[in-house]
Order: sequence, then C-alpha cells, then structure tokens
Amino acid sequence: MLPLATEIGNPTVNIAIFALFVVATLAIVIRASRNNRTAADYYAGGRSFTGPQNGIAIAGDYLSAASFLGIAGAIALNGYDGFLYSIGFLVAWLVALLLVAELIRNTGRFTMADVLSFRLKQRPVRMAAAISTLVVSFFYLLAQMAGAGGLVALLLGISGRAGQSLVIAVVGLLMVTYVLVGGMKGTTWVQIVKAVLLVIGAGIMTLWVLAKYAFNLSDLLGAAVDKSPAAGEKLLNPGLQYGATGISKLDFISLALALVLGTAGLPHVLMRFYTVPSSKEARRSVSWAIWIIGIFYLFTLVLGYGAAALVGPDAIRAAPGKANSAAPLLAYELGGELLLGVISAVAFATILAVVAGLTITASASFAHDIYGQVIKKGQVSGDGEVRVARITVLVIGVVAIIGGIFANGQNIAFLVALAFAVAASANLPTILYSLFWRRFNTRGALWSIYGGLSSAIILIAFSPVVSGKVDAKTGASLSMITDTSIDFHWFPLDNPGIVSIPLAFVLGIVGTLTSKEGTNIDKFAEMEVRSLTGAGAEKAVQH
Amino acid sequence: MSETRRADGDPELTTYRDVQLSPDFSELRRRFRRFVFPMTGLFLAWYFLYVLLAAYAPDFMSHKVAGNINVALLFGLGQFVSTFAITMIYVRWADKEIDPAAEKMRHLIEGEHQ
Repeated sequence: MLPLATEIGNPTVNIAIFALFVVATLAIVIRASRNNRTAADYYAGGRSFTGPQNGIAIAGDYLSAASFLGIAGAIALNGYDGFLYSIGFLVAWLVALLLVAELIRNTGRFTMADVLSFRLKQRPVRMAAAISTLVVSFFYLLAQMAGAGGLVALLLGISGRAGQSLVIAVVGLLMVTYVLVGGMKGTTWVQIVKAVLLVIGAGIMTLWVLAKYAFNLSDLLGAAVDKSPAAGEKLLNPGLQYGATGISKLDFISLALALVLGTAGLPHVLMRFYTVPSSKEARRSVSWAIWIIGIFYLFTLVLGYGAAALVGPDAIRAAPGKANSAAPLLAYELGGELLLGVISAVAFATILAVVAGLTITASASFAHDIYGQVIKKGQVSGDGEVRVARITVLVIGVVAIIGGIFANGQNIAFLVALAFAVAASANLPTILYSLFWRRFNTRGALWSIYGGLSSAIILIAFSPVVSGKVDAKTGASLSMITDTSIDFHWFPLDNPGIVSIPLAFVLGIVGTLTSKEGTNIDKFAEMEVRSLTGAGAEKAVQH
Repeated sequence: MSETRRADGDPELTTYRDVQLSPDFSELRRRFRRFVFPMTGLFLAWYFLYVLLAAYAPDFMSHKVAGNINVALLFGLGQFVSTFAITMIYVRWADKEIDPAAEKMRHLIEGEHQ
C-alpha cells in the first residue's frame, strides 16, 4: 500500500528545488529585461526571437499544468477517453500552422484585436476582440491557478483551505514579478527554460516507466488494466468516460470540436507569433512547437497508463489533488522524494510560465486595445500604454489569486477545455472570416464575437459543470457548486462547443449579409497583400 | 506605379490595391489557398473520423491487434503521425513555393515606398 498522499515526499526538498528554479529564472528575467525600452519590447520581445526559440517558448506556453497533470490524470483514471485531450490539443496546431500563424504575424502588431479590427470599424471590433481576449485568458488562468492549489496540497501536505490559498497567492505574486520585470522577453525565457525542463522531466519518467515493462507498451497497458479492477479492459477502449449514453457521446464530440478549433483562437498563443521577425520564422516556430508538443503528448500517454499501473486509480482518487496528482504520485513511486521534488518543481514552473504568458496577453490587450485605441483613440505614446499595461498586470494578479482560490480542486484539463470552447466560439470565426472572406464586415464580426462568447459562457453557466452533477455511486457533487440541493442546469453537455462554435460561424455570416456596410476595398487589399507577402509588416527592433 | 501614386495622393493604399489586382499576386494567393484549404479539409476529416469511431463504433475500436494494442490506440497514434507528416510537408512546400514569390513582391512594394 502507498502511504497517504499527504505524507509523501519531503516538503523541504520540494520547496528547496522550487526556490532554486525561482531564483534561476528571476536572474534570467532580470538579464533579459535590460533591453526593454519600447512597447514592441514589452509586448513582443522586440520581435527578435528566432523560430526555434519561439517554438520552444510556444510549447512552454501551451504545455500547461492541464497538459501535464490534467492529461496524465485523465488517462490514469479514464483511460483511452483521456487520450482525446492529447490528440485534440495537438491536431489543433495544424489549424494554426496552415491558416493563421503566418498571416497573423504579417498583419498585426501586438494583439489579436490588431488583426480583427484591421479592415473593419476600429473601435467596436477592437473592443469586442479585447473583451473576448480577457475572458478567454481569465478562464485559462483559472485553470492554472486551480492546478497550483492542488499541487501544493499534495507536496506540502497542506490540506487546509487557508494554507492552499496562501500558496496560490505566492504563485500569483511571483507571476506578477516576472511579467513586471521581464515583459515579453523575460516571460519568453521563463517559458523556454520551463519547456526544456518539462520535456526532459517527462521524458525521463517515460523511459523509466517503459523500462519497468522491458519497453513493451502492451505489457504496460496490461498492468494498468490489472491494477484497475473497476474499469478493467475498458481502460484501453473508448467510452469509459463518455460512452455511457447518447448525451455523453455528444459531449465527447463537443469536446473534440472545441479542442481542435480552440488553439488557433487563443490570444496568448496568437501573441507569441509577434515575437519573431517574419512569417517564415512564425512558420518555423509552429513547426518546432508541433514536434515538441507532439512528443510530449506521447510521453503523457505512457505516464497516464504508468500511473494507473504503478500507483493505481484508488490511490490517485484518494490523494488531495485527485486526478491532478497522478503524475507527481508516479514520480514518487519511481524515484522517491527527490524525483517527486524535481517533477513538482517542474509542474510549478509550468504553472508560473503559463500564467505569466496569460498575464502579459491580458494586460497587453487592455492597455493596447481598450486604453490605447478605444479610450484614447490611438493618441497615447507607447510608454503611456506600457505604464497602463503594468498596472493591469497587478489587477490581473489579484483577480487570478481570488479566482484560483475558488476553482481549487477542479480537474484542470477540463477547465482548460472550457477556455478552448470559448476561444473557438468567440475568436476563430472572426479570425478566419477577416483573413479569407472579402465580404465580411463589422456587424458580422460583432455578432460572431459577442454571440460566440455569450453563448459559450451561458451554456457553461447552465451546464452540469456549474451545478447539478452528482456522482451516481457516492452521491457527492461533481459540480463547481458543491451543494447538491442547488441545481439550475438545463444544458445537458459539459462542453458547449458543439452548439456555440457553429452558432458563432453562422452569426458571422448572417450579420455580414444583413448589414449594408460594404467592404473597405483599400484596407482589404492592404490586409490581403500584407498577410501573404509580409510587405509593411512590423520589423524586429534593433538594439 | 509611382506615377499613379502621386496622382491619387494616397500612396500606400493605391499601391496595395494595384498589387492585389496584379496577376503575380493572384497566382500567389491561388497557389497558397489551393494547398492550405484542401489540406485543412483532409486533416479535419481524418480527425473527426477518429472522434466519431471512438464515440459510435467502440466495438470496432476495441478490437485487439497485437497483445493489448487495439485499433483505437493505433488510430490515436495515427493522428500523431499525420500531424507530424503534414507539418513537414507544409513547411517544405511553403519554403519552396511561397517564400521566394512573396519575398520578390515584398521588395517590390517596400522598395517603392521609400
């Protein structure tokens, strides 16, 4: 039998390794920030990163705690159905590679709204895109902070709500420091360091697990089945989590749709394309990112089934972080408290780096789009904008800490999937229409963004995620509102994508066709020529 | 083009419009779209085939091929293989077929602005 999870590991070792990471990355951030002078430095790292550097940073930005802790946990407990997350999260990058990354790089300056409002009415479209950016980033942020809480519960043996909340606050403070000191350059370097550590850490664990089964994947799968008497053979087959009813199958498809279409609409991912000097480098970034992310997700498959085989689903469910603690528990099982300490520090680093990337995106969108363009109508210096961005960072820090305390305990892969659904509904249709559909106009954009955004959020609010989901066996609540007597859900699916994404695409078409506004032929010509040739695109900052 | 520019008094936009209507640009746009649109359709179809089979044909997917390796796992790994392959094919294609033409046009446009 495993010891109780609250007793595993040595908190001193865990904290020491984590502190080492914080000190090392802070040194890098301070060094990287010496050249931060202009708005392009703060928002886009001077556009001077190479494709491979940015590709690694994208992987660092994308492989969040959801990818590492969440997917490993989902596979350990739900088997093959958890694998969908890995596949959807990866295939989604092809949308970004083929349709979005290079064209966005050539057209915009700092934010997603730059591209969306390029040839439409500036202020309303920019405002809509900025609001959508803030909402998506908030959902994503919530997931990461929830992960931080669960991880801490496991590592430091802090099971009290107050202690966990304190650690979430520390994570929030660190993130604010990184972003304020380092801007996009510092954030990028933190992401690069973290991506390398994460891939190496997960790689070592993967080899270790496989070595225990003489590198025979079939034997590993067999061991996972043996250790999971409740699920048995079903662990390897589709349907363990989503196969029960017609509704749950629809939920599976809804999730699949949100995952594959969400990535190319994530503002913090889009913003990373502005950190390279050209569309060719943007293409190389995505190519590097796809390789790193793909290989990492193959690792998580082994880690997930490895956790099922070596730790067992009962021990994972009993741990304070539940599914999210599968990977750390596996590390402890393999390499004792030292490997647990290293892996946990890597997981913490993951959360910090992703949260920093989200924070800079949200602060850039508020300062550049809402303050700079909508309120001040562009009559503000880059320095003025950056000052507002820095203040915004502080506000976001506070919001993230409070939100994280509330979301503490939810499965993070699942929370991130909701962020993907909102991104795919609110952002992707307008991005694609404005790049490829000449007739597209302001009303189409506004209907699509606001319609996609509000339908996704309303459906989530009235879904079983928020209220009314009860575990049939134990009678315990599986919703955010844990009081089982409160139940106001009427939308049957957990993920709103299957309704809200098509709706947003249709609203874009209907809004466009019912509006009398014609195409701004000159701006459309500029956008099309710029997006494909890179003429007039923002150049790297020379220092 | 520089003549029209002075006459219209709005140099940048005139030029972009002219470029957009030029045969070279139309050819570039056509070549780009003829590659990325079908490719997008292809990988989305392949992805949703996997999703739909997982949801509605669990018996077929649960069929064991070798040891504990079943059809579902092979389909899942197949998604990784296809993603890596499309990435490599696209990068190689774009480097060869898009970049030289795009760069030529960019020099033309940016040269005239100075």
